[in-house]
Amino acid sequence: MPLRAKVASSVSRTAAALSRAAGRGDGSVIGGWIGLKIDPDLLAHLSAGRAIALVSGTNGKTTTTRLTTAAVGVLGRVATNSFGANMPTGHTSALAKAGSTPYAVLEVDEHYLAQVLEATEPHVVALLNLSRDQLDRAKEVAMMAQLWRAALVRHPRVRVVANADDPMVVWAATPPADPAQGHVPPHVTWFSAGQRWHDDSWVCPECGSTIQRSGEQWWCTGCPLRRPEPNWTVEDDGVLDPTGAWHKIQLQLPGKVNLGNAATALAVAAEFGVRPVDAVSRLGTVTSVAGRYAQVNRDGRNIRLLLAKNPASWLEAFDMADVAPTLLSINARDPDGLDTSWLFDVDFSPLTGRQVLITGDRAYDLAVRLEVNGVPFQHVRSFDEAVRAVPPGRLEVIANYTAFQDIRAELDRVN
Amino acid sequence: MSTESLRIVWIYPDLLSTYGDRGNALILARRAQLRGMPVEVLEVRSDQRLPATADIYLLGGGEDGPQALGAQRLIADGGLHRAVAQGSVVFGVCAGYQLLGTSFFAKGTQCAGLELLDLSSDRGPTRAVGELAGEVDPRLGIPHLSGFENHGGRTHLGPGVSPLARVTTGVGNDGATEGAWRGKLLGTYSHGPALARNPDLADLLLRWATGIHQLPPLDDTWADRLRSERRTAVAAAPRP
Repeated sequence: MPLRAKVASSVSRTAAALSRAAGRGDGSVIGGWIGLKIDPDLLAHLSAGRAIALVSGTNGKTTTTRLTTAAVGVLGRVATNSFGANMPTGHTSALAKAGSTPYAVLEVDEHYLAQVLEATEPHVVALLNLSRDQLDRAKEVAMMAQLWRAALVRHPRVRVVANADDPMVVWAATPPADPAQGHVPPHVTWFSAGQRWHDDSWVCPECGSTIQRSGEQWWCTGCPLRRPEPNWTVEDDGVLDPTGAWHKIQLQLPGKVNLGNAATALAVAAEFGVRPVDAVSRLGTVTSVAGRYAQVNRDGRNIRLLLAKNPASWLEAFDMADVAPTLLSINARDPDGLDTSWLFDVDFSPLTGRQVLITGDRAYDLAVRLEVNGVPFQHVRSFDEAVRAVPPGRLEVIANYTAFQDIRAELDRVN
Repeated sequence: MSTESLRIVWIYPDLLSTYGDRGNALILARRAQLRGMPVEVLEVRSDQRLPATADIYLLGGGEDGPQALGAQRLIADGGLHRAVAQGSVVFGVCAGYQLLGTSFFAKGTQCAGLELLDLSSDRGPTRAVGELAGEVDPRLGIPHLSGFENHGGRTHLGPGVSPLARVTTGVGNDGATEGAWRGKLLGTYSHGPALARNPDLADLLLRWATGIHQLPPLDDTWADRLRSERRTAVAAAPRP
């Protein structure tokens, strides 16, 4: 590593430690920010010599990264950005902090995938899904798929692990081969993790025709784009690997969506040569991920935290949550997106019959939404008030990003 | 109303549904049902014929490609023009508002609109993103408009339409006026579920559709709280 990179890496680690000691945060961003100021190529230098997997998509990145890290851990030490700091500053911090490791698994914000592909030259990239998320500042879904596609054309040697159930991902993962330009199609391993949310993929990104669906199959009515045959699938409470072997998956994380994340993790780890049979038991060691799925006992209530940031992830959260009193909390600060319109993309009727409490900066938006949905609710001013308002037993908390962090802070930054 | 039930058509949800646009159909249906009106909501996809006999037609927001495609298919279909000729109500937001005009810009080219409203749209110097508020045309008899906008277009009104509102926060058409209306056609840049924050606008559309001038009042406590919270927030942190 060049001297400048060494200095940058060391300063980066010190800053992160100071940030944590000062109680200012995880230290997962500030260290990388300072390091990149000193050496703009620091991420590339820190990546050199490591076999790297990138994990990107709208939803499930953090959890899939954690599961993949556990699975790849079969082979040796793995660096990872486990706090969800998923932009280049976070990657830089994570790699600097980990020191020398043979492997790294990095969660990547979907907007930064092209840049991070360039800097880290990964062995494999996992493409999970693309759906609407904070449109007031995020790229529209079709534009994001186009950016991914263009990035993959520039990296024909990277191995791709992609979701066969999401038409936008399939299109992004299969750029056209152009031998004259030296473009070869990337090697893609397909997994099927299911897709509850379909509202961003009714129009073919290739030709603009309607996409038809029947059961798990989908196909474009105007061009050859269709669901590829997946190599890895979820079946019952396990995963079928490409050889046809079935592996029972025992997770401590709830919901079918996490079985899909587990299948993805096994598929990514297999690209490094990890046999699923060796990795499955490690997946069960993941309990909660930066507070997601964490359970805390307080005043006789067993409080479970579920993060839901956009319509697709709200649908998954309702699927995971027990039929129990449920607190919903919504903010619309910068990291959440300032626009609450998406509340009307979510059908809250699965909550009918549960005791529903609402709170957060934008509780009134939620109130209007629930009223239209015919779901009775009670507005509370604080997390403590919510805890007091429900009987002893399970309290499910579903919150968007900063609302989730607020509640996590109330619970002493539970991980 | 055309039949014994109020018929609401949500036009092309496969193309024009960027952010919570379904909300407008849900809100109109609920407010009608609470007054005892039977309601039918039809979602008509872009590969289906548009019925010409519904009472209210809703057009949502969309990305450039779907917006251009939606305009082409609506022009070819002709159903919306027939419905308007028969006095149906049309409510368009964002991209759906633009395509009611004579022309709009999508993917860098000028596209033909439906020519149902005398207005045309082009690209502005910056994207307008944030809270949108305005004082509504007093002839419509409803309180201030409250919403959120997210668009790159600027819209120029011709003499055949009136602005929906005078902008107090945000950009709207051009920083001065926002939205447009003529007869029973109304469009706004307040995007997505615009009616969630504007229950009186929802009732205006219902009055137009039913011809009932005095709708029984509903309990709008939560919507009123939301409107007043947004108004306070906008006053405390005006957009640059």
